[in-house]
Amino acid sequence: MAMNVFDIVGPVMVGPSSSHTAGAARIGLVARALLGGEPVKADILLHGSFAKTWRGHGTDKALVAGILGLAPQDERLRESLTLAEAVGLAVTLREGELENAHPNTALVTLTDADGRTVSVQGASVGGGNILITRVNGMEVAVTGQYTALIVLHRDAPGTIAAVTEELGAHGVNICSFRLSRSEKGGAAVMTIEMDGSPEASLNDRVAGLPNVVSSTMLRPV
Amino acid sequence: MPETLSYRSIAGLVEAAEAAGVRLSALVLRQQAAQLEQDEAALYETMRQQYAVMAEAVAAGCAPGVRSASGLSGGDACRMLEAQRSGAILCGGLFTDAIAKALAVSEWNAAMGRIVAAPTAGSCGILPAALLAVQAARGLPERDCVMALFTAAAVGMVIADRACIAGAEGGCQAECGSASAMAAAALVEVCGGRPAMLDAAVSIALANQLGLVCDPVAGLVEIPCIHRNAAGVAHALTAAQLALAGVRSPIPADETILAMKRVGDALPPALKETAEGGLAATPTARRLYEQVFGKPRG
Repeated sequence: MAMNVFDIVGPVMVGPSSSHTAGAARIGLVARALLGGEPVKADILLHGSFAKTWRGHGTDKALVAGILGLAPQDERLRESLTLAEAVGLAVTLREGELENAHPNTALVTLTDADGRTVSVQGASVGGGNILITRVNGMEVAVTGQYTALIVLHRDAPGTIAAVTEELGAHGVNICSFRLSRSEKGGAAVMTIEMDGSPEASLNDRVAGLPNVVSSTMLRPV
Repeated sequence: MPETLSYRSIAGLVEAAEAAGVRLSALVLRQQAAQLEQDEAALYETMRQQYAVMAEAVAAGCAPGVRSASGLSGGDACRMLEAQRSGAILCGGLFTDAIAKALAVSEWNAAMGRIVAAPTAGSCGILPAALLAVQAARGLPERDCVMALFTAAAVGMVIADRACIAGAEGGCQAECGSASAMAAAALVEVCGGRPAMLDAAVSIALANQLGLVCDPVAGLVEIPCIHRNAAGVAHALTAAQLALAGVRSPIPADETILAMKRVGDALPPALKETAEGGLAATPTARRLYEQVFGKPRG
């Protein structure tokens, strides 16, 4: 995937580590966006180098800052644990092992006041860049650099064509596409990253297509 | 000017800029504006803001009392400024100023201050120090320095594509080495060097740090990272000075970049950010680990 100048001269971020701090904050931001509401509970599992060095890098503060909606460059990141307490976000953090995961991986499970939950597994792959690899256990591939659609659907012929046709009708260019499914005819998920800034209405149109269970639009973080 | 520009090789970038008869940054700005579907003025403005954050980080890092949460770092930029004030300096103006600025930004980063990763946070002091010091020394217009960030970024994109920019993958040569190569290219451009000189600047800066390991004490971006940022800007100044004098690198930049990748692959994991080798494995480092985390390293 084509990187751009701000992947190299950037991001603007609160230190000390682009992968352990800025990338962690962005994983938190994606998790919050996918929950789509205000989280009241955050369970964080840290894997690999994240598990070994989170204290010194403020990885916990960065993840919680992202979960609270603070950008990696927001200087309140330093006090995010205090902020979480103030807004009633209960945070638990553990160190653990995830199978076949990148060394800098976090698994973030968020719950909102209505009991809705989302679990997001993301890796911080260097320079503040991230790759979200699982959402609710299903394989995805989201970098947070582009506007993305995460489309949960039934594995049925013509579904991908219908979705991409909708994108084409909106003049939207796809820069990456990934499909994974549990089994033939079962639950499947499309991850589509797009150029430019497609309108939010595109998401509603996609969500209304046959065989589509839900669609979530994720803006760049 | 072409809207297509490939970030697969330094030689290709140099050739495109020489053929167009413009600074490399002008080509990069145009191509990136097309890629990101923004106009050039907007993209320039975003980069100008990055430069402003760099300057803020220098100022913040120069203030007395900057300390990291671990307590392992802070105060070295102040020591350099004090030495400058009292005249107790070995090297003259630009050089001393550049290493002081590199320390300031790196110490500010370690203190959870706001910085621009360039290309990473661990190496964030080198590019701002080079450009801000030369801007002050020569009274350069801000626009030249902001544009040079596009050239630096293009160099970084090639390195990221052909090798890597993460210490965990390639060691410190991939972080501070890459930052120095980017800064050297930026310096050559703002000093009026021809695009052809960029190749030597990049190659020499990177070659002189080939094999540099990533061995952060207690796993933190402090020791030796902060001092390596000071050394990194010194390497950038050296490489840029050589290139501007017409010195050429016998090994082309693209081959040096590939050599960096191979050296990085050959480095054992203990020397790639895991804090299990190099300085991180010294008795003092073990003691500092215990001091910071309250328990021996497991």
